Amino acid sequence: MTWKGWLSRAAVAGGLALGTLASTVASAQETIKVGILHSLSGTMAISETTLKDVMLMLIEEQNKKGGVLGKKLEAVVVDPASNWPLFAEKARELIAKDKVSAVFGCWTSVSRKSVLPVFKELNSILFYPVQYEGEESERNVFYTGAAPNQQAIPAVDYLMKEEKVERWVLEGTDYVYPRTTNKILEAYLKAKGVKPEDISINYTPFGQSDWQTRVAAIKSFGSAGKKTAVVSTINGDANVPFYKELANQGIKATDIPVVAFSVGEEELAGIDTKPLLGHLAAWNYFMSIDTPANKAFIEKWHAYTKNPKRVTNDPMEAHYIGFNMWVKAVEKAGTTDPDKVIATLPGIKQDNLTGGTSEMLANHHITKPVFIGEIKDNGQFDVVWKTDGLIPGEAWSKQLDGSKDLEADWVKLNCGNYNTKTKKCGGA
Amino acid sequence: MLLSRIDKAGWIFLGVLAAACIVVPALNLLTAPGSAFHVPTYAVSLMGKYLAYAILALSLDLVWGYCGILSLGHGAFFALGGYAMGMYLMRQIGPRGVYGNPVLPDFMVFLNYKALPWYWHGFDWFPFAAVMVLLVPGLLAFVFGWLAFRSRVTGVYLSIITQAMTFALMLAFFRNDMGLGGNNGLTDFKDILGFNVQAQGTRVVLFVLTALALGLAYLVARFMTTSAFGKVLIAIRDAESRTRFLGYRTAHFKVLAFTVSAMMAGVAGALYVPQVGIINPSEFAPANSIEAVIWVAVGGRGTLVGAALGAVLVNYAKTLLTGAMPDAWLFALGALFVVVTLFMPKGILGTLSERLGARRPKVSTDVPPALAEEGRGS
Amino acid sequence: MRRCLVLLLVAWCTAWVLPAAAQTGADTAYARLASDSYSDIEAGIAALVVSGDPKAGPVLRALTDNRLLYRPDDKALAIKDGATVTDARTGAAVNPEGLKPVRVNNRVRRAIDAALGTLNLLAPDAATRRNAADAVFKARDAAALPALDAALARETDAVVKRTMQEARAAALLARPGAPEIERLSAIDTIQARGDSEALAILRGLSADPAQSVRDAAARGVSGIETRQALMANVQNAWYGVSLGSVLLLAAIGLAITFGVMGIINMAHGEMVMLGAYTTYLVQELIRQKAPFLFDWSLPIAIPLAFLAAGAVGILIERTVIRHLYGRPLETLLATWGISLILQQAVRSAFGPTNREVGAPSYMSGAFEVFGLSITWGRLWIVVFAMAVFVALNLILKATSFGLKTRAVTQNRRMAAAMGIRTPWIDAFTFGLGSGIAGVAGVALSQIDNVSPNLGQGYIIDSFLVVVFGGVGNLWGTLVAALTLGVANKFLEPYAGAVLGKILLLVFIILFIQKRPRGLFALKGRAVEA
Repeated sequence: MTWKGWLSRAAVAGGLALGTLASTVASAQETIKVGILHSLSGTMAISETTLKDVMLMLIEEQNKKGGVLGKKLEAVVVDPASNWPLFAEKARELIAKDKVSAVFGCWTSVSRKSVLPVFKELNSILFYPVQYEGEESERNVFYTGAAPNQQAIPAVDYLMKEEKVERWVLEGTDYVYPRTTNKILEAYLKAKGVKPEDISINYTPFGQSDWQTRVAAIKSFGSAGKKTAVVSTINGDANVPFYKELANQGIKATDIPVVAFSVGEEELAGIDTKPLLGHLAAWNYFMSIDTPANKAFIEKWHAYTKNPKRVTNDPMEAHYIGFNMWVKAVEKAGTTDPDKVIATLPGIKQDNLTGGTSEMLANHHITKPVFIGEIKDNGQFDVVWKTDGLIPGEAWSKQLDGSKDLEADWVKLNCGNYNTKTKKCGGA
Repeated sequence: MLLSRIDKAGWIFLGVLAAACIVVPALNLLTAPGSAFHVPTYAVSLMGKYLAYAILALSLDLVWGYCGILSLGHGAFFALGGYAMGMYLMRQIGPRGVYGNPVLPDFMVFLNYKALPWYWHGFDWFPFAAVMVLLVPGLLAFVFGWLAFRSRVTGVYLSIITQAMTFALMLAFFRNDMGLGGNNGLTDFKDILGFNVQAQGTRVVLFVLTALALGLAYLVARFMTTSAFGKVLIAIRDAESRTRFLGYRTAHFKVLAFTVSAMMAGVAGALYVPQVGIINPSEFAPANSIEAVIWVAVGGRGTLVGAALGAVLVNYAKTLLTGAMPDAWLFALGALFVVVTLFMPKGILGTLSERLGARRPKVSTDVPPALAEEGRGS
Repeated sequence: MRRCLVLLLVAWCTAWVLPAAAQTGADTAYARLASDSYSDIEAGIAALVVSGDPKAGPVLRALTDNRLLYRPDDKALAIKDGATVTDARTGAAVNPEGLKPVRVNNRVRRAIDAALGTLNLLAPDAATRRNAADAVFKARDAAALPALDAALARETDAVVKRTMQEARAAALLARPGAPEIERLSAIDTIQARGDSEALAILRGLSADPAQSVRDAAARGVSGIETRQALMANVQNAWYGVSLGSVLLLAAIGLAITFGVMGIINMAHGEMVMLGAYTTYLVQELIRQKAPFLFDWSLPIAIPLAFLAAGAVGILIERTVIRHLYGRPLETLLATWGISLILQQAVRSAFGPTNREVGAPSYMSGAFEVFGLSITWGRLWIVVFAMAVFVALNLILKATSFGLKTRAVTQNRRMAAAMGIRTPWIDAFTFGLGSGIAGVAGVALSQIDNVSPNLGQGYIIDSFLVVVFGGVGNLWGTLVAALTLGVANKFLEPYAGAVLGKILLLVFIILFIQKRPRGLFALKGRAVEA
C-alpha cells in the first residue's frame, strides 16, 4: 500500500513537489525545532540509534518542564542511513527545509566532515557527541565528546604507572580517528622514553572479522620479556570478533591488558564478558558510576525505553550535557538565533552525570573528567582510576607538528585555527 | 538524419530536461524565498544529484539493456570520476585549509606527507582533471573489458567479477596509505573554476550542466543503440554465440560499449561530487552499484529514458522516506523492488507504454533465452 | 619449685607467643585487605600468604569472585556465600549492613593468581596443581621457590611435574643471587618449553650480569625463534583452514540457491543472520528457563536455525522467486529488496545493537599441539563446516530428493515429464539452501557480531567463493573456500589484512579470465550459451 502511495505521489508531483514541500511555510512558530541526525539503518545504526532515542527522551523531558523560552520543543528525526553524502543532504534538509534551531548528530568523523560545509554555509549549530581525533574547531560545531587529551593520554599514563607497561601495541581500524590518536600517542610515548622498537602500530579494515593472525601477532609481540599492553582504537563492529578471539587465544588482562577507546557498555552488550575481565576502557562516563544524577538518568532512560536492561554510555552523556547547555544558552540569549546562541554557549556550565560540572570552552570543546574502567563480568566497568579534576578539551594536539602552534578561540580571537607563531588565523 | 532516431519518449524526455534547465533556475533565482513557487537552493542541488544518478543509470542501461552486460561494479566508474573531480576541488582549496598549507590538502598534513604524491600532480588544472574524469574510468573499463570479454566471461560470472572489482577498489581507497583521504575521502571543497561551490549561482549552474550532460548522454546512447553498431550490440545480448558465428568480433563491440558507458559514469560522478560536497570510498560499495542496477530495472531496462526515470524516482522516494518514515523506509524501498520485479518486469516505462497502448519501445525488453538459460546453469 | 615456675613460664610463653606471631601477621594482612587502595590490597595478599593463615585460600578465592566484603568503619572482612555473609576469620554470621566489596584490578588479580598458585601447588586434583604451577610460572616470583620445591618432591604426575619444573626455573631466574650453574640448567628447562612465554623470560635475561647466562639465553631465544618461524607456517595454514571453513559455511548455502538453482540470491546473507538470531533466541530461552542446558544451546539451535531459515526460504520461494524462474538477473533485484526488508524487520524486532551469543564451555579456550595453539571454537567450526559439507553432498547424491533436485535443475521439462513435481522440488531446494545458510549462522554467531548487518559482511565473499569454485559444483565451493582462506592467511602477515584481500580479489578477477567458469567448470552443451 505504502509503495503505491509514494509512487503515485512521486510520479504525479515530480520535481515540483520538492519545491512545494520545501516551501511548506514554517507555520509551526509555536514550537522550536531540534534536528536529530543519527543513522537509523546501515552499519552505524548499531551505535547511533541509541543516541536518537536519548535525544527524544531529553526533548520530552524538557517539554514536561515547559519547553524552552515558553515554547515546546519539536524533534525532527531523519535517517542518513550511514551514507556520508546523505548526511550532508539530510543536514541541509533539516536546516533549510525544517528550519531547526540546532542539530544533534553524527558519529563517525567522516559524517561530521561531510556536514561541516553545510553548517558553515547555512549558519546553524551542530552538537557532536562522540570522542574524536581532534584537529578541528569550527564556529558552528560544539564538540561534547572527548578530544584525544581527554581520553587517550590519561589512559596511557595509567598503564605506565599502574601496570608498568613498557611495550605498546597500537591497534586500530584504518581511518582518521585511530590514525591521529596513534600518532599523538606515538609522539607522547617516545617523549616518555619508549623506544621505537617497543611500539607496534597496525591498522585493519572496517568490519574486520577474522582476528586470528593479529591476535597471534600481538601475543608474540608481547613475548619480548617486557610488560606489554594493547591500545585499541578498533571501531565498533570489529570489536566483538576481536575480543572473542582474545578470549579464545587465552590472552588475559593480567597478561596483556587491552585498553580501548571505542568500547563502551553498548558494545559489550554483544559479548560474554567473563573472559574479558580486567581489560580496560577509558571514557568520560561509565554507567556504573555511582552518583545521584547518574542514577536518576539511568532510571529515566529505563522508564523511557521501557526496558530495564538498556545500558547507558559515554556519547549519551555527551548529548545530555550538550542538550542542556544548548537549552541554557538559548534561555540566556533569549532567542534561538544561531549567531547569538553560538556567542552565548562558551562559558555555559552544566553538571555532568559523574559529579562534576562541565563547561563549554572558547574552543567549542568541553571540560570532562577521565575515568579508566576495567571490564567486569556483568558487562559493566569498574572505575579503577580517575583524574583529579576536569580536563579541558584541546582542539589541537600539542604532540603533532602540524598543530602544536594552532589555537582555537571563538571568543577572543574568533578563530578556530589561530597560528600563534605567524599570528594569523589560518584557513578560510 | 540523426534527429529521426529519437523516439517519442525520447522527445518528451529531452523536452522535460530542457524545461527543467529553464524553469528550475528561474524558480530558484527569480522568486522570493517565501513564495509558493520558490524552489530552494538545496532542492536544486538535490535534483542535480538525482540527475547525476540518472546519467549513471543511463550508462548502465547502455551496457545492460542493450548488450546484456550486467555490471555490478558501475559505481566504481562513477566514484573514480568523482575522485578525479574531488582531487581538482581539493587542489583549489589552496592555503585555505585548516593547517594553511599552500599545497598539501589537510589530510596529508595530518598524515605527515612532505610532498604531494605523484598522482596528484596536474589536478590543480581543470582541463587536466576533466580529461582524467573521462580517462581513468575509461581506461579501467577498457582494460577490464578487454580481459573479460576476450576470455568470454559472461553472465553472472561477469557480474560477480565486476562486483569484485568495485569491492577491491573500495578496500584500496579506504586505506589511508593510498593518499586519497582514506575513509574520510575528499571534502570541504571551496571553489570550482573560481566560483564558490556553495553559492546559489554555482549550484544552479551545476544543476543546469548536469541536466545538459544527461541530455547529451541520452543522445550519445540513443545514437549508439540505434546505429548499426547498436544492432550488433542487441544481437550480442540476445545470442552472443550466434553473432560471433556470423563473423562479428563480439568482444570488440562489448569493450567499446563498456568503455563508453564507464566514461559516462565517470562524468556522472564528476558532476555529483561538487553538488553533494564529498566523495569517499563508500561510493565504491557494491551495494551502491546494485542499487544503480535496480534504478534501471525500476525505470525499465533497455529503454534509456526509463533508466533515467528510475534513478530519479527511486532516489526521490528515498529522500522522502528517510525523512518521513526514518524507522521503516527500508521496508517501503525493499517492497518497491520486489513489487516492481514481480508485477512490472519491464519497469515503469515499459509497463506504462504497454498500458497506454502506445508504440512499444523499439527495443524488446524481453530477457533473451540465452541469458535465461545461462543463469539456470546446467 | 622455682625451676618449675620458670619451666612453666617458658612453656606458657612458647604456647602463646609462637602462634601469636602468626596471628599478628594475619592481623595485618586482614587489616590491609579491608581497604579501598589497590596497593594496600596487594600488600595484604602477600602478607596473607606469608602468614600461613589456614583461611587464606577461601579468602583469596572469595576475592577473585568479588565475594570478599569489607566495612570501611571497623575494617571487618566478610565472605559472601550466596545469601549468607560470614566473617572471614571466625566464620560467624555477620550483619551485611555497610559492607562493600573489596575491589580488584589487574594488579591485584595478578597477585591473587600468584598467591593462589602457591597455595594450590599441593591440591589433590592434578588439573588444579597444573593450573597453579602455570600461575606461578607466569608470576616468576622467587618467593614461591620453597613452595615449589616442596611440591616437586611430592609430585607424581609427569605433566604437572614438568610444569612445576618450568615454574621453578622461571622463579629461579627471577632470584637475584642464584648460582650460575643452576641458572644455566633453568634456561635449558625454559627453552624446552618453547612457547612465547618462554621466549619472554629468555629475552628478559639479555641484561644478565653473567656472560654465560646471557649466551645461553641468546641461544635459547634463537632456538625457540627458529622453531616458531617454522611453526608460523603451520599456524598460518591452520588459520587459513579455519578462515576457509568460515567462508565455506557462509557460501555453501549459496552454492545450492545460486550454484544449483541459478538464483542470484542477495538475501542469502540474511538467512545466515536469521540463523544467528535463532541461536540468540535459543540461548535467551535457555538462560531464563533452563540454565543447565546452556552447553546444549548450539546443538539445539542447529535444527531450529535450519527450520527457521528454511521456512523463510520456502516462503520467499513460493511468494516471489517462483515467478522469476528463467529471469535469473531479476531474482537479484527481488532478493535485494527482500534482504532490505529482512534486515529492517530484524532491526525493528531485536533492535539495531549486537546481541549476546555466548560460547558453550567446549568452545572456549585453546589447547596446544606441538607448540601450535588451536582454539576450540575454531576447531569445532572447521569440523562443523566439514560435517555440513558432507551432509549436503549426501543429500544431493544419495537421496531421492537430491536426485529429483538434480534432475529438475538439469532439465526441468524432462523432469516434469517424468512425474516430478517441479514446483515443490524448487521450493524445497531453495528451502534447503536457506536452511543450510541458517545453520551457518549458528556457527558464525560464535565468532562474529550478531547484528542486523551480519549477513551483509558475508554476501560478497560468498558469491566470490561460489563463482571461483565453479557454479553448480559443491566440491568447487569447498576447494575455493579453503584456497581463499589459506591464501588470505599467508598473505596477511606480509601484505596486511587489506592489501592481502585486494590481492586476492585481483587474483580472482584474473583467474576468471583464464577459466571463465571457475575452478571446476561443468562441461556440457548447456554451459556454452
